[in-house]
Amino acid sequence: MTEAQKDLKEQVLRMSGVDPGKCMTCGKCSGTCPAYDEMEYHPHQFVSMVKKGNIEPLMRSESLWQCLSCFACMERCPRGVEPAKLIEAVRLLVIREKGNNHLNAQEIPGKLDENIPQQAITSAFRKYGK
Amino acid sequence: MKFSYYPGCTLKTKAKELDRYARESAQALGIDLCELPEWQCCGAVYPMASDEIATKLSAVRALADAKKEGGELVTLCSACHHVIKRVNGDMQSNSDMRGKVNRYLQLEEEYAGETTVLHYLEMLRDRVGWSELKKKVTAPLKGRKIGAYYGCLLLRPAKEMQFDNPENPSILEDFIAAIGATPVKYPYRNECCGGYVVVEDKEAPKKKSGNVLRSAEKHGAEAVVTACPLCMYNLEENSAETGVSVYYFTELLAEALGLKKGGGAQ
Repeated sequence: MTEAQKDLKEQVLRMSGVDPGKCMTCGKCSGTCPAYDEMEYHPHQFVSMVKKGNIEPLMRSESLWQCLSCFACMERCPRGVEPAKLIEAVRLLVIREKGNNHLNAQEIPGKLDENIPQQAITSAFRKYGK
Repeated sequence: MKFSYYPGCTLKTKAKELDRYARESAQALGIDLCELPEWQCCGAVYPMASDEIATKLSAVRALADAKKEGGELVTLCSACHHVIKRVNGDMQSNSDMRGKVNRYLQLEEEYAGETTVLHYLEMLRDRVGWSELKKKVTAPLKGRKIGAYYGCLLLRPAKEMQFDNPENPSILEDFIAAIGATPVKYPYRNECCGGYVVVEDKEAPKKKSGNVLRSAEKHGAEAVVTACPLCMYNLEENSAETGVSVYYFTELLAEALGLKKGGGAQ
């Protein structure tokens, strides 16, 4: 692991409070993930790749924006690893950098329809930008 | 019975039926729901990172105001409930965050998670009671086959939400039975509708909400009920291929209490 990789790993572990070392690689998190088909890296890969300090590919991955924060992986993990918190931490690593928002305010009007609830817009803003 | 009440942004705009029928039904049940003064948006999603503080402050303000008004806060939107309940848990158990939040907010009295957060359904179950509710029903929804749609946010993570069994919940089925309808259980009742991803990608929620509705239909439900405006949106937008209608649970409650004409779509 390079120094830069170590630093990223430390940040993710601190923000998430997750210990990927608890994982027993059963795959239940990915098996239960409703966004599995849309993801390039799946919840179990977030766990193993963070553990190895291999975080940069995760930061570039579309998977970050496909996670639904449904907490299925957290609830169903037999070891209490909480992969959703790792995904959130990597997402934050990206959007906390200036100019790195995944969704910007000026894009919003084009995405609205008559019925979309405010809750959807606020949620997306919180998840996709800072 | 008197409670503080946190409606949330969407209940003032796109989800007025969820709010209106909750208030009218509460009144009919002898419950006084007092809307909190000057509440702010809860933020809609719970900030999971340990160093997120600012994004939790609006929930703490609501909780601290409710503490002054009697200490019991009723929520209704699943997302608001999720955020406010979990932030309250943080204020109880995370001394570092509690210290930072209190130093920043400078409240008249320090807040340490004293308020009890109750979802409207919990209020019906734990304070009114299903048998009492049943007695107040004047127009039972006899013969209507209704599926409970729990989604994610009310149930998970169970150790924080403490709402019901996360894999085999019963609170909504008990509610459906109490208003005289027939609850229909189906496997996808606690799976995700597709959530906020719909803002970017309509295909993902189409698939996920489609799974929910097809599962409900296959098991004989003519309608499903939800407590969440975003679930309502995702389910309704994708309901065309099944014959399943989607209601807020408060609409059916009001109908059973004789406060709303039944049958039509919302």
